[in-house]
Amino acid sequence: MRIASIAPLLLWTLAVAQVSAPPGLASGPGTQPGAADSCSGCPAAAGCLTCAAPPAAATARLLDISAADVPNDVGGAVELAWTMSEEGVPADSVQVLRSAAGAEPEEAGWILPAAGSWADEGLRDGVEYTYTLVPWAGGVAGAPAGSASVVPAASWFHMGRLGMFILLTILTLVILAYIERAKRGHKLYVREIAGISAVDDAVGRATEMGRPILYIPGIMDMDDIQTIASMVILGRVASKTAEYGANLLVPNTRSVVMSVAQEVVKEAYLAAGRPDAYRRENINYLTDDQFGYAAGVDGIMVRQRPAAIFLLGTFYAESLILAETGKSVGAIQIAGTAMVSQLPFFIAACDYTLIGEELFAASAYLSHEPKLLGSLKGQDAAKLVIMILILLGVAAATLGTAWPPAAKAADFLRLLTHVD
Amino acid sequence: MRLFVPLFMTFICGMIIILQFFVPHRPFSTLGERLTDWYMIVASAAIFLGAVNLLQVHSARIRFRQKNWQYSPVVIGGFLVMMAAGFGWGVADGKPFDWMFQTMVVPMGATMFSLLAFFVASAAFRAFRSSNWRATLLLVSAFIVMLGRVPIGDVIWRLIPGAAASSHPNLVNEIAEWIMQVPNMAGQRAVMIGASLGVVATSLRMIFGIERSYLGGSD
Amino acid sequence: MGRLLERLDKVDRRVIYILMAASVIVPLALKLDFPIPIGSGPSMDLYMAIDTLPPGSTVIISFDYDPSTKAELQPMAVALTRHLFGHGVRVIGMAMWPQGASLGQQAMAQAADSLGAEQYEDWVNLGYTVGAGVSLLRMGSSIEAVYPQDRDGVPYDSIPLMRDVRRLGDVDLAISLSAGDPGIHSWVMMAKDTYGVPVGGGCTAVSAPEFYTYLGTGQLVGLLGGLRGAADYETILRERIPGAPGGLATPGMAAQSISHLVIMGFIVIGNVAFIAGRSKRKGGAK
Repeated sequence: MRIASIAPLLLWTLAVAQVSAPPGLASGPGTQPGAADSCSGCPAAAGCLTCAAPPAAATARLLDISAADVPNDVGGAVELAWTMSEEGVPADSVQVLRSAAGAEPEEAGWILPAAGSWADEGLRDGVEYTYTLVPWAGGVAGAPAGSASVVPAASWFHMGRLGMFILLTILTLVILAYIERAKRGHKLYVREIAGISAVDDAVGRATEMGRPILYIPGIMDMDDIQTIASMVILGRVASKTAEYGANLLVPNTRSVVMSVAQEVVKEAYLAAGRPDAYRRENINYLTDDQFGYAAGVDGIMVRQRPAAIFLLGTFYAESLILAETGKSVGAIQIAGTAMVSQLPFFIAACDYTLIGEELFAASAYLSHEPKLLGSLKGQDAAKLVIMILILLGVAAATLGTAWPPAAKAADFLRLLTHVD
Repeated sequence: MRLFVPLFMTFICGMIIILQFFVPHRPFSTLGERLTDWYMIVASAAIFLGAVNLLQVHSARIRFRQKNWQYSPVVIGGFLVMMAAGFGWGVADGKPFDWMFQTMVVPMGATMFSLLAFFVASAAFRAFRSSNWRATLLLVSAFIVMLGRVPIGDVIWRLIPGAAASSHPNLVNEIAEWIMQVPNMAGQRAVMIGASLGVVATSLRMIFGIERSYLGGSD
Repeated sequence: MGRLLERLDKVDRRVIYILMAASVIVPLALKLDFPIPIGSGPSMDLYMAIDTLPPGSTVIISFDYDPSTKAELQPMAVALTRHLFGHGVRVIGMAMWPQGASLGQQAMAQAADSLGAEQYEDWVNLGYTVGAGVSLLRMGSSIEAVYPQDRDGVPYDSIPLMRDVRRLGDVDLAISLSAGDPGIHSWVMMAKDTYGVPVGGGCTAVSAPEFYTYLGTGQLVGLLGGLRGAADYETILRERIPGAPGGLATPGMAAQSISHLVIMGFIVIGNVAFIAGRSKRKGGAK
């Protein structure tokens, strides 16, 4: 313990040793274990530091007390606010008394007056609570500052997220509208993505060379959307390997992902009419450890020498280890991830890389299903909406420095895109 | 029915998670947490699946003397030893499990991570070729950032007469910092926004049952 | 000449590996030292965010990494805790990665021993929590709900340091030393955006570019990026605090400098060979 903190502790200990707490006294800042008999007759009977110190001038009052339900919450919480008057002895603590619908007041807490506000939780919704604040100074209670009543309630909608709700609704409607268009038979143009077009070539190459295909679905669990997208693509790749008669290896780092991958591949082989070609032992679990998994997959690459490697999903530091080892065995590599920090490594080491949203678009590309292509177009349209918002925001914020209406527009856009 | 039940469950769970973000009122606020808790319970139980699979696969390799079967006893042996140490003496600091973890697993993990240094060099040598103006621009930026992120960049800069006394004695570091804070940040944001939209679209497809291939079988 | 250029274009990767190893080992063995210039930047921003805290403030450090990234992040942890203790700031340690708790204990105990900080009065290690962002969300209303006791089993209410720190909003600054996920993203989303707690970060060099977006918006008050960030912080401490000891990051800068030069040398060789050979190749290059 540092020297600076010992002296006040010693003084406090000595002060406490002079007095003892009256029975039944609630403890808190501003009250001290007081004298039993020597404080009888003391006007500040609720507790005092020492009766040798007579109460000073009246403690400063608390003003403008208000109590309000905490907005946008699950309920049971209220917030009190107050200000301190300038006159009188400054309070060193504030005692909060709470009573519910006519019940006896109970102590809810002690707070520093400078806080100016305090939140109470764990209350019952729909019950009126009355709060009384009592300022304390030097162990002497001041006059209660009046009370405020409030009824806590739960919110049915988080108003701080209204802007996000509006934006999400617009984006969803745009995506659904394009899906509807696609279902009605409208032709939708989507540009070619080299990495996705190369999937067929990669599987064909592996079949010709008689070497396996290695599919790595990332290192995260099934709650990660990139892993889900990877499973979707695995189904498509498995259909092709079943069709071509190639050997498919899928090492996994999570048990749940392994189970899902086994089902996806099995169903794909069944749908392709090749249930006999399905090998459950090829879709296996290695380890949860990040670098243990990288070492295991590297071993598979060096021993089995796959002709085609797919790295699709969430990757972290092991991405370059996997990609470089794959390069060293001469495999054609198609990678895809939305992890921005790993994209440069894949771009440097792999033949084709699906960048960010291209990973999520791959399923639509591989299936050519109108509904999926429609959602892709809708996604692009949604992106256009966001680009327009960004341009409007930048223009408004820039012009707003000199033109108030633009500043108001910028504030509105900030409000729309802000999330509490 | 085979497809309907999982699609229905996907829809309900997806809508609960979305609603709990916008509706603080019970039960929505707690349902999202419950679903996450249930998922964690399922994932914890699934650890046994992985362990059983590991033992099955490697036992089969040993039994049928498949190619490279000699590695499998090492895997099974390591698995069983660690498990016995953990169950027998616990996993607290200083126990055999912790000792094996700290002296074997940790250095091996650090070693694998260290491979990145070598792989970065070989990948950079192979990939950073000035084949067109975009690749050249990338190359020049990479050089500046590589020099600016280490002290030697400005040591070299200050060898130029007058550079040390100029108003920018750490010019290389400043340019590297500008590249990180302006073009890099713009690119990162663009990819993040695009990827996030991809996530939204993919999630909506799954919630509304448009994307079903993760369930297997034909649509 | 043509054959030489061909060979240079296809240098065996083992030659690259050997030279890389030498470029790291030799500077460390020779204890080379390069001066580290410190200007304004994310490292200085984090330093100032801490230095402007009044003594007696409370900072929470989340050690979200494991031993594989210890080389980059542990020097940051040691430098930060030294600065915090020396500045009279109280430190609450926690971790969202299992091994982070013991790595954090090492860093805090080391700094505390040398600066006379008392456990439970000036610092505490709450330990590991599973749940990442969900835990942080719960800590926003009650830290005790997530950590009813610290890493050594001491009950929350028995820890003097925690008596006036009941929720996340009661801390003055949160710092996440993060090697991946969960990490800085979770802290920015939960602590900063939800509860308004200022957040600083330390990360591996490969992750640093993605966090510059948070620096730009002010969601991060400062960032130590990789070994360079740790070396920056150690240098700032040595320059501004008399008697501050050196750390492990600064000596690593010489090795990193030489290895960067080696990589750049190989890139130049590869490009010379590529450009010289391009005129002989038909069709486009890759």
